[in-house]
Amino acid sequence: MSNIPVDLKYAKTHEWARVNDDGSITVGISDSAQDQLGDMVFVEVPETGQGVAAGEASAVVESVKAASDVYAPVAGEIVEVNEGLADSPETINTDVYGNGWIFRMTASDKSELDKLMDAETYESFLASEDH
Amino acid sequence: MLIFEQSRAGRRAHVQAPASAEDTPDIPESLLRETRPLLPEASEMQVVRHYTRLSQKNFSIDTQFYPLGSCTMKYNPRACNTLAMLPGFLARHPLAPESMGQGFLACMYELQEMLKAVTGMPAVSLTPAAGAQGEFTGVAMIRAWHDANGDTGRNEILVPDAAHGTNPATATMCGYQVHEIPTGKDGDVDVDALREAVGAHTAGIMLTNPSTLGVFERRIEEIAAIIHEAGGLLYYDGANLNAILGKVRPGDMGFDVIHMNLHKTFSTPHGGGGPGAGPVGVSKRLEPFLPVPVVGYDGDEYYWITEDVRPQSIGRLSTFMGNAGVLMRAYIYARMLGSEGMHRVADFATLNANYLMAKLTDAGFDVAFPERRATHEFIVTLKRQQKELGITAMDFAKRLLDYNMHAPTTYFPMLVPECLLIEPTETECKEDLDAFVDAMVKIQQEAETAPELLKEAPHTQPVRRLDEVRAAKQLDLVWSGKVD
Repeated sequence: MSNIPVDLKYAKTHEWARVNDDGSITVGISDSAQDQLGDMVFVEVPETGQGVAAGEASAVVESVKAASDVYAPVAGEIVEVNEGLADSPETINTDVYGNGWIFRMTASDKSELDKLMDAETYESFLASEDH
Repeated sequence: MLIFEQSRAGRRAHVQAPASAEDTPDIPESLLRETRPLLPEASEMQVVRHYTRLSQKNFSIDTQFYPLGSCTMKYNPRACNTLAMLPGFLARHPLAPESMGQGFLACMYELQEMLKAVTGMPAVSLTPAAGAQGEFTGVAMIRAWHDANGDTGRNEILVPDAAHGTNPATATMCGYQVHEIPTGKDGDVDVDALREAVGAHTAGIMLTNPSTLGVFERRIEEIAAIIHEAGGLLYYDGANLNAILGKVRPGDMGFDVIHMNLHKTFSTPHGGGGPGAGPVGVSKRLEPFLPVPVVGYDGDEYYWITEDVRPQSIGRLSTFMGNAGVLMRAYIYARMLGSEGMHRVADFATLNANYLMAKLTDAGFDVAFPERRATHEFIVTLKRQQKELGITAMDFAKRLLDYNMHAPTTYFPMLVPECLLIEPTETECKEDLDAFVDAMVKIQQEAETAPELLKEAPHTQPVRRLDEVRAAKQLDLVWSGKVD
């Protein structure tokens, strides 16, 4: 069973979003996503300062099976990226909700966060995709 | 052992070597290298044994069942090779006058005509040197057409999420944004999502039909109408043409551009980076943009159609006209089949796939779309085995090698978890299909009773389970001159 922390928000495209104390949002991919993709070999992170639209492809994770886009869960600006992933992309496999974060962003409209799923909804979403 | 490791200073294979320095052309001193090239020095016998052994370590269509989905690994008839190697074809210089190459030009003209007939596209260019270049050519023509109409605001190509990875890559290379269209539960493109996605920004859609899910896109005419109404064009990825050869034509489905992988459907050798051919076919309105040269025929003589008469052409893709030797093999294959034979290719490609799918279903395997008829390929999902036994699609794939069969495509398309994409092709006989089912059944039993046999597979190959992460991250393919 995949790990779905209750304090995070989830997108249909399998990103997680954590709202930090300073209001910024940290983004990564879900445990289910990393499990499906398998061993990571390469991560392409965005530029800091880059503006992104909600749902815009903002990073790329490449595993032994496939290369997949990572979409920004809300609109805003990238303020920090996880440089450590360049050398250790496998951190996404080993610590997906911690050191496996991909980028941190500010949201131009906080209410967009409400469109994301909570843990319970994401869990049923995963079950419904599981055909 | 590498050939370099067998090298001993001064050892020679005299057959290939010039007898003396006088035999080499008169190269100016300034252009001569100062040190000897880093080449292995070995005897002819050593070289023959080395490369023969290497070839024996390889899995190939000539030696093993090779059901690699989406790749159409079928028999390459020897006759194609023999006839394409006739001295008249081999020795023809690409810059020779047209009058001296009428035979070759006639073959290429007829190949163009046959590809037009079988795809339903009014015009064909043979020049793209591989499938990927054919795709690039196709989307470049879509772009050129919009540009010629002054319709330069279109910046997006739609690509179904089941598409080959080369499709979004191609669209990106041609300067387009990629918008992904989801797939419905039945395996068809989600037409409602498509309707929502199209608009004045839509340059076109790239579609494979049958799709990579091994099912025929049933609402293709509706999809074509939606795209055309929005002012976009339809691109057909010819990867899966084998399933419909001589049965349905992309041109009749409403497609504007198609590329054909001659190494798949038309049975030329798979390149592995070697010479390939990815001809493109287009609708009438795109003909002026075709890459040149194209072969023309005035009823009397064959001739090259070039930039002079095709000023809107997207240009040239290779130095001459593509890979002549590969095109010759495809031409001979098509001539041997004839139009009746092409029907039979599709008949038996789909019959073999459906037979395998039915047998594997009977044997207890889960197929991804049990309610759908398979095309030339189908998907088995090992999700249940993974959940219940901890055995993955990769474990099955590796164990199949021990049964002396090449593994099907694994983990593609990603939409189906733990998937094997199986394509037997029309060139396999019933006994070999049955042997594959038997192997799968035995592996399933092993998965239940002796899972370590799968987890540690392959056991019988020159190498054991490879470290895929390291292979992807630390590519080391160039001889450095040092033995580790």
